[in-house]
Amino acid sequence: MRLINRKPGRPLAAFLLLLPFMAVLLVYTVASDIRRAENPRDKLLPAPAQIAMTAQRLVTEPDRRSERILFWVDTGASLERLGLGVGIAALSALVLGLAIGLVPLARSGLEQFVGVISMIPPLALLPILFISLGVGEASKVALIVIGIAPVMTRDLAQRVREIPAEMLVKAQTLGASTRAIALSIALPQILPRLVTAVRLGLGPAWLFLIASEAVASESGLGYRIFLVRRYLAMDIILVYVVWITVLAVLIDYALRVVSARAFPWAGEAAR
Amino acid sequence: MSFVSVRNIAQSYAGRPILERVSLEATEGEFISIVGASGCGKSTFLRLLLAQETPTRGEIRVAGAPPAREPGRDRGVVFQRYSVFPHLTVRDNLVAAEGLSRPLGRLFGAARRAARARAEETLDRIGLGPMTYAYPAALSGGMQQRLAIAQALAAKPRVLLLDEPFGALDPGTRLSMHEFLAQQRAETGMTVFMVTHDLAEGFKLGDRVVVFDKPRRDTQAPDAYGATITYDFDARDGGIPFQRLLAQFAPKAPSLLKTPG
Repeated sequence: MRLINRKPGRPLAAFLLLLPFMAVLLVYTVASDIRRAENPRDKLLPAPAQIAMTAQRLVTEPDRRSERILFWVDTGASLERLGLGVGIAALSALVLGLAIGLVPLARSGLEQFVGVISMIPPLALLPILFISLGVGEASKVALIVIGIAPVMTRDLAQRVREIPAEMLVKAQTLGASTRAIALSIALPQILPRLVTAVRLGLGPAWLFLIASEAVASESGLGYRIFLVRRYLAMDIILVYVVWITVLAVLIDYALRVVSARAFPWAGEAAR
Repeated sequence: MSFVSVRNIAQSYAGRPILERVSLEATEGEFISIVGASGCGKSTFLRLLLAQETPTRGEIRVAGAPPAREPGRDRGVVFQRYSVFPHLTVRDNLVAAEGLSRPLGRLFGAARRAARARAEETLDRIGLGPMTYAYPAALSGGMQQRLAIAQALAAKPRVLLLDEPFGALDPGTRLSMHEFLAQQRAETGMTVFMVTHDLAEGFKLGDRVVVFDKPRRDTQAPDAYGATITYDFDARDGGIPFQRLLAQFAPKAPSLLKTPG
């Protein structure tokens, strides 16, 4: 039987799903054991048990000076920046994408501009943002927006243009104005694509968030990682990295579920 | 008195003529089938009727109004595909026929309730009642086209334009759609233009069958000339002409009027 025709059953699929995770864990544990056998005080590859202990301490014990649990403070601060940045980016991408996709005048005026803007490496703009907006929240949110909005805009504009011309003509023969077409035909049809665009944009959004927090901040997941790096606190760094990954996976999963529920008509496109 | 008047129109894309010297007069309530080989401007002609495009020469008037510059509520259309809105339920597709012309593209409150009730009534009448809350993706091709026709008619257009509406359907469904369309037309008395590839379908449904073809060909330059209407058949009475002439001149000889078939 050809390899492309061999499909795993449920147990095998579950095993294959876990296999790479287990492999990474195993490699790490073995490497950690080897290093600590040579030097019991090794800090680079702490034992999994020690990481678990650190994790427990981080999520439960308040900071002595501020009397707040920094882990949750960091999580809250980062999620707020991420939410604001992605939210603003999604909203502006939606408006611009609809305009570029539907209105030829807007397309002529904006399409190339957005294309050029999306070519600017956002991290190169970080110093400009810090200088112009200060090192507070605004510059971090702005970096996320600038980083992901242009690509999302291009994506959504493309989706709008993929709406069959027949459908837009049909709407016109039913008396729809440009606004009615935008709001009642195009907007609902690209909402599932917006969710997909947000899911794809979240990866870069995390990148820009952590980068801006690493450079200048007072709290945040990225800030903490780069702060404790100075003490080679690998156990803390690893806990934070795992936590960020968990958050990213959860957000992605939630968006997928919401999309499939909210847009039952979209079939596979909403999944 | 002609209701739709097409006067000497021509259409060319990038200097390449597609249609030339096309003229056609249609009375209100007439059903005109448009047939012809692929690529001879049938669909272009329909787009011109729809005002989706403006002709390079000549003009099209409906009910004496000045030539339209963009599609509007006076001309309804059903395409082969993509004629219903996938994100709306079957019922809301009919409601949209009334709501889309509002400022925000939708109805609210009592007006919406009334429109929904009307839509449900229509759906029951056209046999889509059980699918009221389904999305178009769950409908068969025939059901989708039935919905599309009902949706176009719900906007009460002056002219209904059909672009190969049954082209993607299987023969059985096609037959039942013929019945459906004939019935809808009998109820509304709508003026209909239908582009079709199927000659039999054109003659069966139409009062007239017009044929698009290129009357002139230059073998050295195949694109030099456009297509025009080369035949205009009377398709009433089973496609056999002069029946009514007979009735006119020999009213006392009804035995001669039996139409075959």
